[in-house]
Amino acid sequence: MSDRRIAFTIDGRKIEARAGQTVLEAAEEAGVYVPRLCWMKGLTPAGACRVCTVRVNGRPQSACTQPAAPGMIVENDTEELRELRRDVIDMLFVEGNHFCMFCEKSGACELQALAYRFGIAAPKYPFMFPRRELDASHPDIFIDRNRCILCGRCVRASQELDGKHVFDFVGRGRDKRIAVDAEAGLGDTDCAATDRAIDACPTGSLLRKRVGFAVPVGRREFDRQPIGSDIERPAAAE
Amino acid sequence: MSPESAAFVTGVCEALDNDPTRLLDILLEVEAQFGHVGGEVMDLIAETLKVPRVQVEGVVSFYAFLHSEPRGKVVIRLCNDVIDRLRGADRVAEALEDELGIHFGETTPDGLFSLEHASCIGMTDQSPAALVNDVVVPSLGSSKARRGIQVLKEKGDFDELQKLLIRDHGDGNNAHPLVRSAVRNNLRQPGAVIFGPKTKPGAALERALAMSPAEVIRELKTARLRGRGGAGFPTGMKWEFTRAAGGDERYLICNADEGEPGTFKDRVILTERPDLVFEGMTVGGYALGARQGILYLRGEYAYLRPLLEHVLEERRASGLLGHDIQGKPGFDFDIRIQMGAGAYICGEETALISSMEGKRGDPKTRPPFPAQEGYLGKPTSVNNVETLCCVARILEMGSGWFSSMGTPASTGTKLLSISGDCSRHGIYEVPFGITLREVLEMCFADEPFAVQIGGPSGQMVGMEAFDRKICFDDLATGGALMILGAGRNVVEIAAEQLRFFVHESCGYCTPCRVGNVLLLERLEQILAGNGEAADLDYLEQLARSVKTTSRCGLGQSSPRPVLSTLENFREEYEKLLIEPVDGQLASFDINTALGPAKALTGRDSVHFEQQGGER
Amino acid sequence: MAKAKVATTSLCGCFGCHMSLLDIDERILELIELVDFDRSPINDFKEIQGPVDIGLIEGGCANEENVKVLQEFRRHCKVLISVGDCAINGGIPAMRNMVPLAECYEEAFLKGPTVVNPSGKVPDDEEIPLLLDKVYPAHEVVKMDYHLPGCPPSADTLWAALTALLTGKPVDLPYELVKYD
Repeated sequence: MSDRRIAFTIDGRKIEARAGQTVLEAAEEAGVYVPRLCWMKGLTPAGACRVCTVRVNGRPQSACTQPAAPGMIVENDTEELRELRRDVIDMLFVEGNHFCMFCEKSGACELQALAYRFGIAAPKYPFMFPRRELDASHPDIFIDRNRCILCGRCVRASQELDGKHVFDFVGRGRDKRIAVDAEAGLGDTDCAATDRAIDACPTGSLLRKRVGFAVPVGRREFDRQPIGSDIERPAAAE
Repeated sequence: MSPESAAFVTGVCEALDNDPTRLLDILLEVEAQFGHVGGEVMDLIAETLKVPRVQVEGVVSFYAFLHSEPRGKVVIRLCNDVIDRLRGADRVAEALEDELGIHFGETTPDGLFSLEHASCIGMTDQSPAALVNDVVVPSLGSSKARRGIQVLKEKGDFDELQKLLIRDHGDGNNAHPLVRSAVRNNLRQPGAVIFGPKTKPGAALERALAMSPAEVIRELKTARLRGRGGAGFPTGMKWEFTRAAGGDERYLICNADEGEPGTFKDRVILTERPDLVFEGMTVGGYALGARQGILYLRGEYAYLRPLLEHVLEERRASGLLGHDIQGKPGFDFDIRIQMGAGAYICGEETALISSMEGKRGDPKTRPPFPAQEGYLGKPTSVNNVETLCCVARILEMGSGWFSSMGTPASTGTKLLSISGDCSRHGIYEVPFGITLREVLEMCFADEPFAVQIGGPSGQMVGMEAFDRKICFDDLATGGALMILGAGRNVVEIAAEQLRFFVHESCGYCTPCRVGNVLLLERLEQILAGNGEAADLDYLEQLARSVKTTSRCGLGQSSPRPVLSTLENFREEYEKLLIEPVDGQLASFDINTALGPAKALTGRDSVHFEQQGGER
Repeated sequence: MAKAKVATTSLCGCFGCHMSLLDIDERILELIELVDFDRSPINDFKEIQGPVDIGLIEGGCANEENVKVLQEFRRHCKVLISVGDCAINGGIPAMRNMVPLAECYEEAFLKGPTVVNPSGKVPDDEEIPLLLDKVYPAHEVVKMDYHLPGCPPSADTLWAALTALLTGKPVDLPYELVKYD
């Protein structure tokens, strides 16, 4: 074993990380799924959604921003953390207007898939039913802020993958919302249907027009298997 | 936009080298000139600084002192924190609304007056208080408010607001020609460290410059100085980390964004001991190897800026700032003042740094910590105003002198900002280790029933805690003590504090953005008589989730009003609960639910009789 | 052994969840071996007759009558189940929650394109139940014991949940059966 490897444990399982890796990345490489929502491969982690909250040596941390360090003891799949993650997911559901029954993203939505994975039949908090703006000004793309969970993946993807700055946050606290780089709306920006920022949206908030519902029910990404199943592998024999 | 206005905007940008990291300063100047930062102006600033427009909009929409829509020539911001409300801010609000014929959040049709609420303007010792543009109007009763509006309407000359509104100047430097404010210091008990006899500017620096930077840091460690903002991190260690981070550029930031409701000690320090603050900063510059210090001054204290700038000029003139300070070759250090713009979150050190970089005041991801990568990516130490004063005094008087005060783990003195139900509000400098009971006697507390320690992010304790000690390992606090007398409704106060956090949450992370709204909603239901026993468990669980999963200190402490009152005053909640029958939920109130339809149809319910609020 | 009593109702729903229940096809023969129906659109009883073991609630509460029926169900049912998205989150009817109630009334009775209303007033007829300020999910009005999401929940989901309850087993549905669409 090379001494450049960083050895730590997650739920007692031995993990080896490379220098510079976060807990989430190292876990993923080792076949351990840490539930996440605002994290996306290739983007600077934000630590915003808090779904990936783990305990590192007892302290709560977001796994997506926590650098792996030697000897760390990480808790991930514990009853306490499952409960906390359920709470965070519940909060995201009641904060927006998530009408899954007619959403194009249903079946491939990461928020919905996490709720499925955590066995949520109904959120424990009352719904807020906020009034949110739509933006259909772009010929090929629309924004439905009812479904926005403020993860900021489009904000980062536009800058880091598309080399643009189409999206950003405005407002504060409960009034925080996603905005675009033009007063008149998305149609006035340099956003293109090919932008990777569109694919970065984990929910149905940012979608291409005229291509919805292409995959039949039953064959969509999360119809059969919980989110994270592609990452999880049993621990290698000691 | 007129060509003159455009020239003004580009001129402001130009004066700050079109530097996007100075966006907040630019926006504050533009707002001061036009009263708001409109869409066209945002476009122009974005173009001039070569940043995306949405980024400018993001910053404008983040800060309470920046507006995208025009407002009145005179903006009255009435403080609505807990203490102000306990002391009659609501009656003042009614008087203002009545006199102006508008509600809060509105502007009079003639465009002259706007009414707004402010979270806390650091005047709880002379509450209710308001900011009228940047003039502080303390001790504002409803008749005084009416008279003030009448005077303003009659004279109509708003350039002289200060003259119109202020009859008598406060004590000490509040009467200084550069301040001329009606604010009073209410310095009730000076202690040996901060408010001891004034010393000659440069005294501490002289001692420090005779040592090596490492020795200065060692002196702070020997004194066992801990940060005065509340968290109590050892200052020497913080500076050591920052110095060890390497690179050739480092920054020292003095956090004067005192925003915790009920805290006003920094206001008095900055009014009466600005030299001591700058002295401590300069010592810090030497110890850290920083060439620049920045004092981040909360927008609410803008009235102190001319005095502070003046003191900085004096220090430059006497060779206490600038090049080769006090003849020490190569020791260059200067201080600039960065204005805040009305965001409590910016008191959190990484949010403060974001704000100074011209961004939204979002806390940053940690690690890296500011000591490694802070302001502009360089190692940075952020220290509290009071802490830096202690630094100066430790250097001047020696660590032994300092650590002889207080307790072994909490050395020195602490400034307490005392407000609420007591007859002597104000600042008390006390040695650490003093009991709460001693403090309550000192300030003539009026039948104290509960004390909110450390502001909303602290804890509310009852009489059983009165013999506990104020120090880092017992009742740790940044110094705010709000005293609540018998008859105060602690659940209502917890709700008020939640309202503060809901208003001040930056919204970056889910639990703080959403969870606090949910907590407040349920608290309000309980207060309205629509709560049941299960709701207390709901509150407790939700509060724990917010506390555990939030990203920064604000979110982690925001549920404390709920958790500490549930722990210490559970019976006050229980008094409010009802026992619904047949599996119904107390939180569902049929009268509320049917209210609008009854009004719209003009008829009563067939199924549900109005039950007069009682069930 | 006496058969279990089951009652069902559709509050502010589209009866789609009831249709889904009928979609259990021939298993309905098995079901009627296990249960007797109390109040339900299936037998058109308008009132609950007596104590009920399992109540199925489709739809959320949009008006006073929905609340009354839901409270009646809660009073009489040992186990009460929210069936479908409307019961759980208000569903499509809850899309009006983002619109002020006055505008809803205006659209329905005064200004809508198909409205013929010479009186020019919002009707005050007691036959038209008063709307609530918003559409409430069932569990925000009374305590619910189980939730079966879906629009509608599939026949297999309903069957699995019902048979588990009727045979005293835990309602622990497999991944494929808990869906929100």
